[in-house]
Amino acid sequence: MSTTTPTIRPLADTATMLRRNLRHQQRYPSMTLSTLISPVIMLLLFGFVFGKTFQAGIGGGGFDYLDFLVPGLLLVTMGSGTVSTAVAVCTDMTEGIVARFRTMAIFRPSVLTGHVIGSLLQTLVSVALLIGVALLMGFRPTATFGEWLPATALIIGTSIALTWMAVALGLTSKTPEAASNVVLPFSLILPFLSSTFVPIESMPSGIRWFAEYQPYTPIIETLRGLLIGTPYQASDGWLAAAWCVAITAGGYLWSRRSYNRGTAA
Amino acid sequence: MTAAIEVRGLRKSFGDQLVLDGIDLTVAQGTIFSLLGPNGAGKTTVVKILSTLVTADSGEIRIDGTELTAAPDTIRAAIGVTGQFSAVDGLLTGEENLRLMADLHHLGRAAGQQRAATLLEQFDLVEAAKKPVMTYSGGMKRRLDLAMTLVGDPRIIFLDEPTTGLDPRSRHSMWQIIRQLVSGGVTVFLTTQYLEEADQLADRIAVLDHGRLVAQGTAEELKRLVPGGHVRLRFTSPGELELAARVLPSGVPDASALVLQVPNDGRVQSLRELLARIDDASLEVDELTVHTPDLDDVFFAVTGHSTLDEKATTR
Repeated sequence: MSTTTPTIRPLADTATMLRRNLRHQQRYPSMTLSTLISPVIMLLLFGFVFGKTFQAGIGGGGFDYLDFLVPGLLLVTMGSGTVSTAVAVCTDMTEGIVARFRTMAIFRPSVLTGHVIGSLLQTLVSVALLIGVALLMGFRPTATFGEWLPATALIIGTSIALTWMAVALGLTSKTPEAASNVVLPFSLILPFLSSTFVPIESMPSGIRWFAEYQPYTPIIETLRGLLIGTPYQASDGWLAAAWCVAITAGGYLWSRRSYNRGTAA
Repeated sequence: MTAAIEVRGLRKSFGDQLVLDGIDLTVAQGTIFSLLGPNGAGKTTVVKILSTLVTADSGEIRIDGTELTAAPDTIRAAIGVTGQFSAVDGLLTGEENLRLMADLHHLGRAAGQQRAATLLEQFDLVEAAKKPVMTYSGGMKRRLDLAMTLVGDPRIIFLDEPTTGLDPRSRHSMWQIIRQLVSGGVTVFLTTQYLEEADQLADRIAVLDHGRLVAQGTAEELKRLVPGGHVRLRFTSPGELELAARVLPSGVPDASALVLQVPNDGRVQSLRELLARIDDASLEVDELTVHTPDLDDVFFAVTGHSTLDEKATTR
């Protein structure tokens, strides 16, 4: 009787699952498209339509409102990516094929890592699209190569963190509709109650306190500082990095626990 | 020789609901074992536990000689599972589904392509190979599902109600496929709610009811537990039924349906005798139906209640 322990190949299995998820994005493009397009609509809305009023409202400040807006909208973009991730994961868990994966001798987290990398790529494409459209609209970042590097790292780090959190929320949701609601804090509430659209000094005191301490604000402030040269403190950068690590770790551990619950791990 | 599957004292509860109450079973290598029972009996839970999807509360499980809790991945490498709900990826094509399995079994590109092509051929899916699985019929999905299970050449295959919801033709082709598998030395653990299916396929049958195995044996052994079939006679008036009940005292009358149920093994000779007695008494029979023993009768014999009652009480 051959009772050899099978060799588990994490990279090969993750790559296989990633290919599966990329095919899904391609075959079911409506979710993919809405993820790509809604941040661009926000950009057009706040950049063109409301832009002048907002610029006057925040007192000019010696910089262009569009330049102020784009770093914040990067977070909106990453945040709205959580919707399609959570829905995709939740839908997947209701499919029989995931039960099949669980009965196979494969790298167990590959179902999840495949989703994370697939969603991460989708988010990064929509970030690139947003920056592209913003540049066409007149967004003029002042960042040098040495500033773009940490900014890019922070964008990737934030995307990874939000994606793992979205995977966990998708795993624990009972229906895809519930999944799309449960990510609302990350896709809508946190972006609006932060310094995305207006400086937090202009907010009512209670909300201002919340906006000051929530994770998106230090990330936005750091990106803004790096990209358009607004004054920011190094502590914001460290705080942003710490939030990314904390959210990633929390999302990963929570995901792993939900995925393995009740089964012979 | 080691048994393919060995289970001792398997117990499982969900919350305070006891689903499996001490199951013992042994499946010899290269045989078909069928777990027979109505909806809600716990069949799927047994498959889920044996295929490492769900953990048991207690009990000892050895699959292919390996203790399940000690090395789940070793067991996963030896088994294949086709669940009750199709475990296929609807957004991928049939061929992509098979290639996905080949990749997860690390077969390599050329070998994976070869394996997928062979299975598409074997399961009559060549024409549909490039179409998304969403567009497949129920029977095609089941065939693809089983084909995907076979990509890794499992030695032990679990099939959870493989023919439920299939039309008769698809059911027969599924039976054919299962027989071929076993002739190749594979062990099959099959659940079903159809006595006929177990009868057709299984070397051994176990009857599951309320989380307990109430009978175990070959199809022949189980049928011996059932006291033959019966004949149902329907009459047009209560008076006629009353008269018939006096003429045929072994019958069980049902006054509301105007039906008399008479034990009868369904052989021509016994039917002829029954008809002669009906003629002698000049009974006017509206309708006569012959019932051979079915799952309901086996259930009645081993549990004292019918499968229909079962559904009524568990829901």
